[in-house]
Amino acid sequence: MESVEFERPGTVEEAVALLQGASGNAKILAGGTDLLVQLRAHMVEPDVIIDIKHIEETRTLTKNSDGSYTIGAAVAGAEAGDRDDITKDWPGVVEGWELIGSTQIQGRASLGGNLCNASPAGDSVPAMVAAGMTVNIAGPNGRRTIPVEEVTVAPGRTCLEKGEFVVSFNLPARPAGGGDAYLRLIPRTEMDIAVVGCGVALTLDTDGVVKTAKVSLGAVAATVLVVEDAAKAIIGTKLDADAMAALDAACQAACKPIDDKRGTIEYRTKIAGVLGRRAVTIAAERAGKK
Amino acid sequence: MAKHHISATLNGEPVEFLCSTRQTLLDVLRDELNLTGSKEGCASGDCGACSVMVDDRLVCSCLVLGAECDNKKIDSIEGMADGEKLHPLQTKFLEEAALQCGICTPGVLVAAKALLERNNNPTETEVRYWLAGNLCRCTGYDKIIRAVMSTAADMRENAK
Repeated sequence: MESVEFERPGTVEEAVALLQGASGNAKILAGGTDLLVQLRAHMVEPDVIIDIKHIEETRTLTKNSDGSYTIGAAVAGAEAGDRDDITKDWPGVVEGWELIGSTQIQGRASLGGNLCNASPAGDSVPAMVAAGMTVNIAGPNGRRTIPVEEVTVAPGRTCLEKGEFVVSFNLPARPAGGGDAYLRLIPRTEMDIAVVGCGVALTLDTDGVVKTAKVSLGAVAATVLVVEDAAKAIIGTKLDADAMAALDAACQAACKPIDDKRGTIEYRTKIAGVLGRRAVTIAAERAGKK
Repeated sequence: MAKHHISATLNGEPVEFLCSTRQTLLDVLRDELNLTGSKEGCASGDCGACSVMVDDRLVCSCLVLGAECDNKKIDSIEGMADGEKLHPLQTKFLEEAALQCGICTPGVLVAAKALLERNNNPTETEVRYWLAGNLCRCTGYDKIIRAVMSTAADMRENAK
């Protein structure tokens, strides 16, 4: 068996230098819940594994003075779930994150890993997209910040260049009249891969009219989708039956799913509309809708 | 390449071991430290038979590299009893026969202990969700859940 180097950089710069200097294949280790499975199955054969958890920035979840959050790429879901502040401000983001696997997986699985594994069905991604989260990427040319939805370009592939890795995420302050939600459908009650996932973040004015909305669907296309027509269908409405029907239709129209053992194309498409309606309803309740 | 020299705390005692990069914490516990209580069921994080605590978080030791464990606090099933004195969960599992073949039991016990330390009054639903990552191939779930609920009730009573 080939030997694999193991590195524990203490700074972002050291990690970038290691990634850049790697002759062949370098893999970032955060929670390891995908990487170790891939290693064992010989789906990946890295020359070096770079454990980023000794970089302070990747391991801290901070609420900033303006109410926004900076979330380290290697913070585990269970660590976020134990925090009252983010759970109260962005319940949908935490819900998505906390749906990844079992309690044991929750103790390790990170947002950075769930995003960079680039599965179309990653549970944390739609809610992050809906919430308007951005990603701080470090690389040989310094830092850049991009929206979460731009990271995955195809199943299993990200836009990260050689030498780059995700250091942390930015989550905006919860806006006035804001609410968010994430729902997914799985064939079991726990521990399965999403057939459809839907993240919604919206704001209501004092009369209960939707001011802003962002709707995101997972597991119904090659990458997580932003469904602009679904947001348009409800903005300016009080979420009456016509608006909800238009939202449902827009979610269904956006789907380009696959058939597999968890669900057919028809099923996934129909469910996308159902989850869209339900997630909007929950987000609106959290935003204070009477 | 040279093996990694790791110093950690295992069940309250300092421990040192050598491991290669590919060796998981489970491999280290079983093959290097001869602690065979943690089991390998699936080796992919689905079954929970290898559950241990690392820095007071419940994890699958098959999904942790040994090399990651420098300066970590690790607690395995071997540290659950206090010498000859069993943990209340262990006693209850014996009394209520909450095991069949026993392969999943160490992982179930470690996971259940972690739950009761956070919440000594869980609902049945909470217990079932918390233990969703511990598979029992004998499908003996009902007795497991009842034993955990019953231990929690005893622990609340004793705390009065």
